[in-house]
Amino acid sequence: MGSSGTSAAAAGHHGQATRRDFLYLAAGGFGAVGVGAALWPFIHSMNPAADVLALASTEVDLKPIQQGQRITVTWRGKPVFIDHRTAEQVKSARDVGLQDLPDPQADQKRVKSGKDQWLVVLGVCTHLGCVPLGQKSGESKGEYGGWFCPCHGSHYDTSGRIRKGPAPKNLEVPDFTFVNDTLIRIG
Amino acid sequence: MAQNNGFFENPTVKWIEHRLPIFSFLDHSLGSQYPTPRNLNYWWNFGSLAGFMLVVMILSGVFLAMNYTPHVDHAFGSVERIMRDVNYGWLIRYIHMNGASMFFIVVYIHIFRGLYFGSYKPPREILWWLGIVILLLMMATAFMGYVLPWGQMSFWGATVITNLFSAIPLVGDKIVTLLWGGFSVDNATLNRFFALHYLLPFVIAGVVVLHIWALHVHGSNNPLGIDARGPQDKIPFHPYYTVKDAFGLAVFMIFFMFFVFFAPNFFGEPDNYIPANPMVTPAHIVPEWYFLPFYAILRSVTFNILFIDAKLGGVLAMFGSILILFLLPWLDTSRVRSGRFRPVFKVFYWLFFVVCMLLGWVGGQPADATAAGIPLLRIGQVCTFWYFFHFVVVLPLLGWFERPRPLPISISQPVLGGGRIAAAAASKPMEKA
Repeated sequence: MGSSGTSAAAAGHHGQATRRDFLYLAAGGFGAVGVGAALWPFIHSMNPAADVLALASTEVDLKPIQQGQRITVTWRGKPVFIDHRTAEQVKSARDVGLQDLPDPQADQKRVKSGKDQWLVVLGVCTHLGCVPLGQKSGESKGEYGGWFCPCHGSHYDTSGRIRKGPAPKNLEVPDFTFVNDTLIRIG
Repeated sequence: MAQNNGFFENPTVKWIEHRLPIFSFLDHSLGSQYPTPRNLNYWWNFGSLAGFMLVVMILSGVFLAMNYTPHVDHAFGSVERIMRDVNYGWLIRYIHMNGASMFFIVVYIHIFRGLYFGSYKPPREILWWLGIVILLLMMATAFMGYVLPWGQMSFWGATVITNLFSAIPLVGDKIVTLLWGGFSVDNATLNRFFALHYLLPFVIAGVVVLHIWALHVHGSNNPLGIDARGPQDKIPFHPYYTVKDAFGLAVFMIFFMFFVFFAPNFFGEPDNYIPANPMVTPAHIVPEWYFLPFYAILRSVTFNILFIDAKLGGVLAMFGSILILFLLPWLDTSRVRSGRFRPVFKVFYWLFFVVCMLLGWVGGQPADATAAGIPLLRIGQVCTFWYFFHFVVVLPLLGWFERPRPLPISISQPVLGGGRIAAAAASKPMEKA
């Protein structure tokens, strides 16, 4: 044992790998892969389960929503803000130069074309996940007439874009489609 | 030995000792065979108090778990049932709730004692590291425990804190989904938090064993910060410090029980008696008081630093404020351990203490609050700056520029007024040891 160890070390000095070095590496590498493979099922078990994923889409009827009105629906356990915007709100969202936005994105890219009055965003502040205010009448809509997050003071505009405060990104637009003119499917 | 009252001569004890030397192990660990510096003051009581609180939390927690249901539909109700219907459930819950605060009070005092008397310096660096690991585990455990009653603060605290991980570039969102087990804080999250909240205290207990093991290699530091020069500098842990710890425990229990019986919700938030509602965030969310300084550091980073955006910067600063403690043994370049002999360090130490208190105060206020016309955000930013400045600049420079006062020759000298004869006489009881 001792003598073979010395000879391996001596071989290493000459920059030559021995059979033993190879066996150590191969066995160690094989073991590491095995441990990783055994660990993965446990880590992945913590990811969303099939029943959680199955609840991933919801349909909303837009008919009862008046212009200028906002409603909140639940999707994947999170609030979704649906805003039937007025013409002025749409205009104010589009009059802003993109260079003035922390997370530049045109309003046109955040709505479906031809349905420009309908803004659909996740009601989850992109800072640390609070629900911003502005859905109910009487709540603060922030300095830009959109939403205001009371937790750490983020202001969103009428397109749900971040304008001021610690949040790094615009309110997220979820995947959604118009099933017909007055019905949307989120997810 | 006299202290043992012939315990080790007892035939049953002898029989067991021959097969499992557990009594002599305990005697060497926390008994008459463990020599301890003779000059420990009351700040050295807080280690044993922390150990006591760990036991209290595990025991009260086990009894709570017997009546708690980790399901989003039943968690809040099951806690209310514990409060109203379970025999003495209110007492057990209030012990556990206030016990968490007591545990942190005791541990923070323990840490500040170590900071003042240089307990992190060689050869106790690993002992210090293990203490930081315990603090981190305590924070994780306390955070997850606070989620379990499933009130508004539970839910939104969990949402905000888990969202911290979304600041990590590229994989942040995937990590958050993994932590939640879904797309928001929900039943899967509550379940795993309960499982981990039950597990982690036992992990803490394991690290505490390592912490005490490391402590016993070189023994306790002491208020003078100098090494013991011989048996005359030490006294046996039992009975001298067992009785002192017991006295300290009695005083501490008066404090603890005052809150349990007379102000049980003093440390809590009224909003947590409102069941969790994922659709409405409370107007002013705050973490538990023991997280407030770190929360203030998180919020004080409101600007981008090079390519790091404000959100990630805040998260890095918050975790960095604890992780920097790992480097403390090398950042403090002074070879004198005790702050008693460091006139300049003493000033900066108390300044640092005030900064930590200010951070705690700022962390508890709304984000846009002001005091005397000054935005609290500014105060938080100045304090955050100083927190890091203290470790990264002040401590390294002090070791070079400060002139420490002369150290005493030995521990027994100042205690006994310097007489050689007195020191020799005092050493007699230990000669047998």
